[in-house]
Amino acid sequence: MTAGTEAPTLGLTHQASEDTGLGHRGPQSKSIVVPYGFWLFVLSDMVLFSALFASYASLVHATDGGPTTSQLFDRKLVAVETMALLISSFVCGLAMITAKRKNMVWTQVWLVMTGLLGLVFLGIELHEFSTMIAEGAGPQRSAFLSSFFTLVGCHGAHVTAGLLWLGTMMAQIWNKGFQEHIMRRLLCFSVFWHALDIIWVAIFTIVYLIGTLP
Amino acid sequence: MNASVAHVWSLRRTIAVAAASLALSGCNRGILDPVGPIAAQEKQILINSTAIMLAIIIPTMIATVAFAWWFRRGNTKATYRPDWEYSGAIEMVVWAIPALTIMLLGGITWISSHDLDPGRPLKSDKPPLNVEVVSLDWKWLFIYPDQGIATVNQLVVPAGTPVSFKLTSATVWNSFFVPQMGTMIYTMPRMTTQLNLQADKTGEFQGLSSHFSGDGFPGMQFKVQSLPADQFAMWAQGAHGQGGALDTASYAELSKPSSYVKPITYGAVAPGLFDAIVNDKVPQLHLPQAAPPAKNNSAVPAGG
Amino acid sequence: MFGRLTWDAIPFHEPIPLITSLVVLLAAGAIGIWVWRKGYAPYLWHEYITSTDHKKIGIMYIVMALVMLVRGWADAIMMRAQQSLAIGASQGYLPPEHYNQIFSAHGTIMIFFVAMPFVIGFMNFVVPLQLGVRDVAFPTLNNVSFWLNASGALLINLSLFIGEFSRAGWLGFPPLSEKAFSPGVGVDYYLVALQISGVGTVLTGVNFVTTILKIRAPGMSYLRMPVFCWTALASNLLVIAAFPVLTVVLAELMLDRYLGFHFFTNDGGGNSMLYMNLIWVWGHPEVYILVLPAFGIYSEVAATFSGKPLFGYRSMVFATLAICLISFMVWLHHFFTMGAGGDINAVFGIASMIIGIPTGVKIYNWLFTMYGGRVRFNVPVYWLIGFMLTFVIGGLTGVLLAIPPVDFVVHNSLFLVAHFHQVIIGGVVFALMAGYTYWFPKAFGFTLDERIGKWIFWCWFIGFHLAFMPLYVLGFWGATRRMQHIPDATWAPWLNVAFVGAAIIGVGIALTVVQLLYSIKTRDQRMDVTGDPWDGRTLEWLTLSPPPHYNFAVLPDVHGEEAYWTRKQTAIKQDQLIDEPDYQPIEMPVNTPTGVIVAFFAALCGFAIIWYIWWLAILGLIGAFAIFVWYAWRDEHEHIIPVEEVRHNARERRRIRMEHLHNLSQSV
Repeated sequence: MTAGTEAPTLGLTHQASEDTGLGHRGPQSKSIVVPYGFWLFVLSDMVLFSALFASYASLVHATDGGPTTSQLFDRKLVAVETMALLISSFVCGLAMITAKRKNMVWTQVWLVMTGLLGLVFLGIELHEFSTMIAEGAGPQRSAFLSSFFTLVGCHGAHVTAGLLWLGTMMAQIWNKGFQEHIMRRLLCFSVFWHALDIIWVAIFTIVYLIGTLP
Repeated sequence: MNASVAHVWSLRRTIAVAAASLALSGCNRGILDPVGPIAAQEKQILINSTAIMLAIIIPTMIATVAFAWWFRRGNTKATYRPDWEYSGAIEMVVWAIPALTIMLLGGITWISSHDLDPGRPLKSDKPPLNVEVVSLDWKWLFIYPDQGIATVNQLVVPAGTPVSFKLTSATVWNSFFVPQMGTMIYTMPRMTTQLNLQADKTGEFQGLSSHFSGDGFPGMQFKVQSLPADQFAMWAQGAHGQGGALDTASYAELSKPSSYVKPITYGAVAPGLFDAIVNDKVPQLHLPQAAPPAKNNSAVPAGG
Repeated sequence: MFGRLTWDAIPFHEPIPLITSLVVLLAAGAIGIWVWRKGYAPYLWHEYITSTDHKKIGIMYIVMALVMLVRGWADAIMMRAQQSLAIGASQGYLPPEHYNQIFSAHGTIMIFFVAMPFVIGFMNFVVPLQLGVRDVAFPTLNNVSFWLNASGALLINLSLFIGEFSRAGWLGFPPLSEKAFSPGVGVDYYLVALQISGVGTVLTGVNFVTTILKIRAPGMSYLRMPVFCWTALASNLLVIAAFPVLTVVLAELMLDRYLGFHFFTNDGGGNSMLYMNLIWVWGHPEVYILVLPAFGIYSEVAATFSGKPLFGYRSMVFATLAICLISFMVWLHHFFTMGAGGDINAVFGIASMIIGIPTGVKIYNWLFTMYGGRVRFNVPVYWLIGFMLTFVIGGLTGVLLAIPPVDFVVHNSLFLVAHFHQVIIGGVVFALMAGYTYWFPKAFGFTLDERIGKWIFWCWFIGFHLAFMPLYVLGFWGATRRMQHIPDATWAPWLNVAFVGAAIIGVGIALTVVQLLYSIKTRDQRMDVTGDPWDGRTLEWLTLSPPPHYNFAVLPDVHGEEAYWTRKQTAIKQDQLIDEPDYQPIEMPVNTPTGVIVAFFAALCGFAIIWYIWWLAILGLIGAFAIFVWYAWRDEHEHIIPVEEVRHNARERRRIRMEHLHNLSQSV
């Protein structure tokens, strides 16, 4: 299968010196392709959050005479939420390590903890939302509040979806063990979970910290 | 079979000639028939830019047909170069031609975008006429704050005098456009836009909304009358005190949905009406179930 | 129980939607019954509906696009008829409530459910073949993407006979599209349909970027990929970067409408300018998502039918990536008249012109591809030449619109309408027709009738010019877009010419159907025996037509640009094929009903949301999640094609190739 006038030969004929760059070895394996594709999906999700951040930035001062950022946000509660999410990410990392070692019990333990901490995060967030709504600072009050609830709420919705996924993964691992395709999915889940952390860091910086600057 | 290529060429040529003659017959209309300095400059830029680009594009189109025809498979006179796929010289030229054209047009763009920015007041020794414009569903309200009068679907301006517009919308987006006077500008609720135009010629011109705004949209045509300055003054004085007054009640009535509205003149206008409309402080009946805008001034809770 | 869905939703009192709905239901029903009686249903289920084969999925996308093209054209001819009739005292035959739905549906359908699926369909069919591989990175996801797109199309069409469609244009600008000014279900149909199909599209973007960057034949480095694959890459990168913005802005409008939020409302501090910005941040890259693969098709056609390589390959790659990048920096040119000021307007105007540079370079490179070639005037070349003549005028008018002071007098006019139709029809549609003719034999094993193909071209070329050249003139005369009634009787002759043009395009579309049926009937006269009917240069022409499910018995080894051409020339010169490789059994993904079932639940959920039937919406979501979990539980992901089958097919291919080695081009 060579060009020119050499006698045709079989199979892969590329010498190292012929390497012209990426792709010379043919299609990559699933263990590379699947996480790569998932990263691209996470990137698209980042674009989604960027648009939400842009909306928030445009509307943060459109309070329509209603409550403003400095009047609404409680840094202490946000700190607790953040710790919960960060630790849950750490614990998820531990789950990946024990999963690589095919340790069923500890993997499930760390995954349960990931989920519980995620639930703590969600619980605090829902508490914050319901308090604000009860005080008349719901998303229908002003454009600023609409964009706040949507941005932070979208992140919360992603966390919720992540927890559903987590539950499914735990069941799958229990049922099927640490097969290759299950491991790939677990890897994708942990990428997702860490990405949500990164977005949360952006949220608490831009929304909560900057919003409560003196 | 290859005669069809020749057909492409002769057909295109016929169409181009026909289109040109048809188009030229309409050069006395719309944006090609400016009545003021803004529209005149915009027309000039349009024509100049088109000419510059046609100078590049027409040879390209000719070359397209010529190359395809000459290098058709049946033509044994053409040299077949099956491996020729790169030429540095040609690459440089084909990057340069569009780049230089765009640089030229870019310069025109930078300068003209600033010169013809709608918010820029026109140079004139006459003081501008101030007009406040409100787009309603589906008609145009023109308020002359200095003359204390208002009109609907009829804009009267003095020739040779710059007109300084402040515009807003009562409901949804519209776009104020008098083609022969030039630049259009969006009207948006709770916001004001600014526009500066001038009609040097006297006469009657067509105005419209150029941003779709709902079921009554096609009825948003209005007439612009450009009068000599003294006649304008007479008209303004004559209208003052005649007919109805434009106050909160009559404005609310006017705001009810209607289209193809015949021109109305109001002899008096409540002061500050335009600003009140912008700030949503005037009740409107543009929706059947419209309730007055709710203002929620609940006490703000302390952060907690 | 049924939310706001009542019997009033059915247009018993509106003859046009009523009759159309009945006709469509009868036609769909008749086709369904015919398929069932003839026993085609199992075939369709196994071969197409549940297929994870990129070729089959590509064909389904294109079939959907062609069907929706008929509806989009029908909307267009209705608009043209209305504008010809509703002059002066006459209000025509379409009151504003209907006319406004029709132009909104026309734009929405043409962009989202004709152009996008058609382009995606080609990328699906061609890219893996050109890359020399067996399928895309995520074949099941590919199937899901298609069916989600189809759900969107279904909902749009449902709006014709249950409820109404949006009257706020194809982009749904607020405040007009807000609840206060559009209280009906129309805008909700629009929003929900686009959100569902948008998910499918983002997944397609992820799929194809992964495929092109990670899954290519051995030896195919980036600069050895065919240009169509480069343009597919750029287009899908734009999808990943732009579609999430569409998701956000439409979701924000949905939140305003459904939950009383204040993103874009007139009260509560809402800012409708934000919508304008976000929607065009998506909207401008969108048109490049469409046109870049179209340029890729022209590159393939120009090279193949000139009998020489594409001129300036690296330049073309660079130009493609430049267009990809710059397309994100020009969005404000869609609203120069919003009053942003001289500095901002000028910057965006200049950026918009800069995009014209790489585009111009591409035109010249196609020109010089023909130079020194032996140009064969098959139907795809008609479309290529037609494009080169039509598109450059569209580019000219585009650059004119990029000059803010010019835009100040032609924005939103019929001049604008003529411009964007010129670039979309001349640029995208002509390419799709060229690609359709070019790759049809690869998909189905026989070529389309050339004579009818040329008639179709002339109908489009002449029809397009008659339909849109008058609009440039009318735009200069102050005619704005979306007018249900024409104020000036002197416009009538021009509008009538435009109507005739639209009718001629309709003849072209009808002839496409005729051509297909006639070509099927007479296919024995035009069988693609070798799999390479056009003397092709890229790897898809290495396979027989249609290719086996797995494309290639052994992935081809790639040693340079134009891998297939070099290999073919070598074989012809040496009068022998390459040595027979060592065949192996091949693993291919299994079929799956996941896509069509998820899409069913998505459509159900969407319909429920539109009509406020909350229990049904929740059920739909649960159903979609359940099928996802069920899919995730399966243990068999692949089936094995035995080596005997692979060997048999491959030897058949080699036999045919050897027999026709010196005669590989069967073109006229």
